[in-house]
Amino acid sequence: MLGYTVRRLLLAVFVLWGVATVVFVIVRLVPADPAVLIAGDSATAEQLAALRKELGLDQPLIVQYAQFLGQAAMGQFGDSYRQGVPAMTLIGQVLPNTALLAFLACLLALAVSLPLGLLAALRAGKFADRVVSVGSILVQALPGFWVGVVLILVFSRTLQWLPSSGLSSPQSLILPVIVLALPFIAILTRLTRSGLLEVNGEGYVNTARAKGLPERIVIFPHAIRNALIPIVTVVGLEVGTLLGGAVITETVFSFPGIGRLLVSAILARDYNVVQACVVIIAAAFVVINLIVDLVYAYLDPRVRLAS
Amino acid sequence: MSAAPVTIALQTMQVARRTRKAVALRMALPLIVIGLYVLGAIFVPILYDFDPLRVDVTSRLLPPGSTLPNGSVAIFGTDQVGQDLFAQMMEGARVSLVVGAGTLLFAGFVGVLLGMLAGHFGGKLDMVLMRIADIQLAFPAILLAILIASVLGQGIWNIIIVLSIANWVIIARVTRGQVLSLKTREFVEASRTLGAGNTHLIARTLLPGAMAPILVILTVEFGQVILAEAALSFLGVGVPLGVPSLGSTIANGTAHMTTAWWISTLPGVALLILVLATGILGDAIRDHYDPRLRSA
Amino acid sequence: MTMTQPERDATSSGTPLLSVQDLAVEFSTSAGVVRALDGVSFEVSEGETLAILGESGSGKSVTAQAIMALLPRPAGSIAGGRIVYGGTDLAAQPIKKVRELCATEIAMIFQDPLSSLNPVFRIGYQIAEPFRRRRGMGKREAWAKALELLKRVGIPDAETRIRDYPHQFSGGQRQRIMIAMAIALEPRVLIADEPTTALDVTVQAQIMTLLADLQAETGMALILISHDLGVVADVAERAAIMYAGRIVETGRIREMYDHPAHPYTQGLLDSIPSASTIGERLKPIVGAPPNLLSLPTGCSFHPRCPFATEACKAAVPPLRQPDGWLPPHLAACIRSEEVLAK
Repeated sequence: MLGYTVRRLLLAVFVLWGVATVVFVIVRLVPADPAVLIAGDSATAEQLAALRKELGLDQPLIVQYAQFLGQAAMGQFGDSYRQGVPAMTLIGQVLPNTALLAFLACLLALAVSLPLGLLAALRAGKFADRVVSVGSILVQALPGFWVGVVLILVFSRTLQWLPSSGLSSPQSLILPVIVLALPFIAILTRLTRSGLLEVNGEGYVNTARAKGLPERIVIFPHAIRNALIPIVTVVGLEVGTLLGGAVITETVFSFPGIGRLLVSAILARDYNVVQACVVIIAAAFVVINLIVDLVYAYLDPRVRLAS
Repeated sequence: MSAAPVTIALQTMQVARRTRKAVALRMALPLIVIGLYVLGAIFVPILYDFDPLRVDVTSRLLPPGSTLPNGSVAIFGTDQVGQDLFAQMMEGARVSLVVGAGTLLFAGFVGVLLGMLAGHFGGKLDMVLMRIADIQLAFPAILLAILIASVLGQGIWNIIIVLSIANWVIIARVTRGQVLSLKTREFVEASRTLGAGNTHLIARTLLPGAMAPILVILTVEFGQVILAEAALSFLGVGVPLGVPSLGSTIANGTAHMTTAWWISTLPGVALLILVLATGILGDAIRDHYDPRLRSA
Repeated sequence: MTMTQPERDATSSGTPLLSVQDLAVEFSTSAGVVRALDGVSFEVSEGETLAILGESGSGKSVTAQAIMALLPRPAGSIAGGRIVYGGTDLAAQPIKKVRELCATEIAMIFQDPLSSLNPVFRIGYQIAEPFRRRRGMGKREAWAKALELLKRVGIPDAETRIRDYPHQFSGGQRQRIMIAMAIALEPRVLIADEPTTALDVTVQAQIMTLLADLQAETGMALILISHDLGVVADVAERAAIMYAGRIVETGRIREMYDHPAHPYTQGLLDSIPSASTIGERLKPIVGAPPNLLSLPTGCSFHPRCPFATEACKAAVPPLRQPDGWLPPHLAACIRSEEVLAK
């Protein structure tokens, strides 16, 4: 277990480095000159040169890269071009909101998917299963931003039940959480269903039946404990989709989260903020996956106690 | 029990036949729907003489079913610049289908190729590929797409490139996984002992064997790419101004949500139906190749 | 059909504990209905060991599955016959009722102990489970019982190893664990489906000995299913040879090995390479096992049979005592007498 944990940690660090590097490269590919962005079109050549020196833009690329990595590791991403405050400060203001949104969406997804997936597996081939399966495909085909727009239209503009934007009250969370959770629910439901059905064919399930155990014991815990293992892995991957979905959902609902900050920063060419947001989101994803992998190792003794 | 045992077996077989027929239906229907979209995307804008840049202020924001000055009926109404929404939607569908097909070609080709090579040769190649995949998968796909799109700027080709970059990884992973599980199967080893070279092995043995899940993932990804393009266009980092996309049409409609709900709503339905068709098709393909379906 | 004395001796001794009568099982496949078992009958009594032998596809595992209500659903179903245990016909009972007898009256161990043991639970938990779930015992008591069983089946260092997981044991040990689990509730019949197939030769003998010892201790009936005639020879008293879903020969095992009365049995015995005939060519049975979807007419073995005649294609030969042969022995062949004469 220790060896496994160490290896996973090293991998996580490696991936974070890779992410930071990719972000650095991509942002440097932008044809815009940050100095001009900050100082404006009317700045003189000397002002621009001085600004570049101040921003460290006159250094060779390798040095910039090293500085970037060093500072990023300490959470420094420079200042926002638009607002002059450190990018991290801006992120600090909005990150908890996104975290709350994502957390609630996860809870909703788990609460809905696991029972639905179980139901579909138990009634495999019958009507209930068909309904759940078709429903999942339908939900996965829904464009998230469109659902958001339609929900706003129905619940905010027409019925006037729920707010359509911002984070003014707990009710403001309802619509964004639902929209964010939907694709996750669809995937998780199908995964639970197929995981359980696959496990059903395994030898130990047969053994459990041969032991005369009632069918519900055959499922809980024999089948489920094994089916959970691959589910947990995919949940980790799907969290990434969730975080990506947050970007769109927050834009649609004008939700003050890191996703909306990122989009507005991109559109405004505020590259320090863009860098910071991307790295932070990716870091969150890496950390979550690390936790998921460790949970996975805990669930599967074959991994935990590999001799 | 003793009276109907044979009939139980026969009934089960009939159910299996029905399921196989059902699978065939679930493959045919979505293909028909997608085919209709393709036809619509090609012909409707031509029939309606659609010009994305034309503005007709007198016909703005007309509800579905209204009659236009030139006598035709706007089935889905008009948008904020007076364009017939149906024609605009079909033009947008054109964009969706082109982006979807283009991305599938690039990402599919690169993904399948690299996945095959990584799975078959293993070793350093595999390790490098998997590390790159790990790093790339650490970016939520939309995030990566937005990031690259902001660098490349708007444009159909750019979107195809962006979405290809974002999506090759999952195709490669699925392919690689299939190859790895096939590699240990006896018929591959048998082929090898008969003297099959690497190219032969990859092309004639591994590729056909891996086809089923690859086909499924390609079909599903087609739908997901269409959704992604719509999302990018909705955010403003997708198609350039002046090119209608289902996503940008929806975005434009949000400003008129209460006065002209159809602008934001109906393109979404069109999008939904198209992506749904790909989803059902992918599901049916998976069932078609499922050995369990054959033996029941 | 009244059984004459010699026939009874060939098929059983003492009062039968489990009696399978004319059992038929069908599977529905995409290619048609397959009759995996076609009129199989046998009995086992207390303290007796019956070996059911045959190649893959002969139907031997299906027999065990049918008895334990473990046929894969919805494809498999019992199409006829009776499975009589304790006065009730299990084939006519709903599955839930049959499962109540599983482990307490009739228990089963499977071929591959690695996939048959749940990988995420400690073996102590899995052995204690029947005690807890079906006898309502408390955890401590049940684990104590499990420890006893582990020691009984010969797992060294049982006190520490009881907390280990299946993947931490060797193949032979895993099979012992499966046996421990199966005999936990003292069943009266134990069905062992290819218990040694997945094991090394040296370990095979150990497991067989263990089964024989346990049987002697508890007096339970043992049904050994195998394709290996040698491995069951020392443990089983009687045997039934299966081919294409039917029993083609049955009798006392030593008697059958010394004097096979069916060409298939003779072919099987001849094909075993023996240390005493080094240098001779191997003698396989010509041809291949039949496709159950299109069985040959009449006797299913006739396409591969050196004794086959036109009459063999006409009808399925019934199991009968060969004329003039005294020791109890049934074979489904119209030319048994000549087979015995060779």
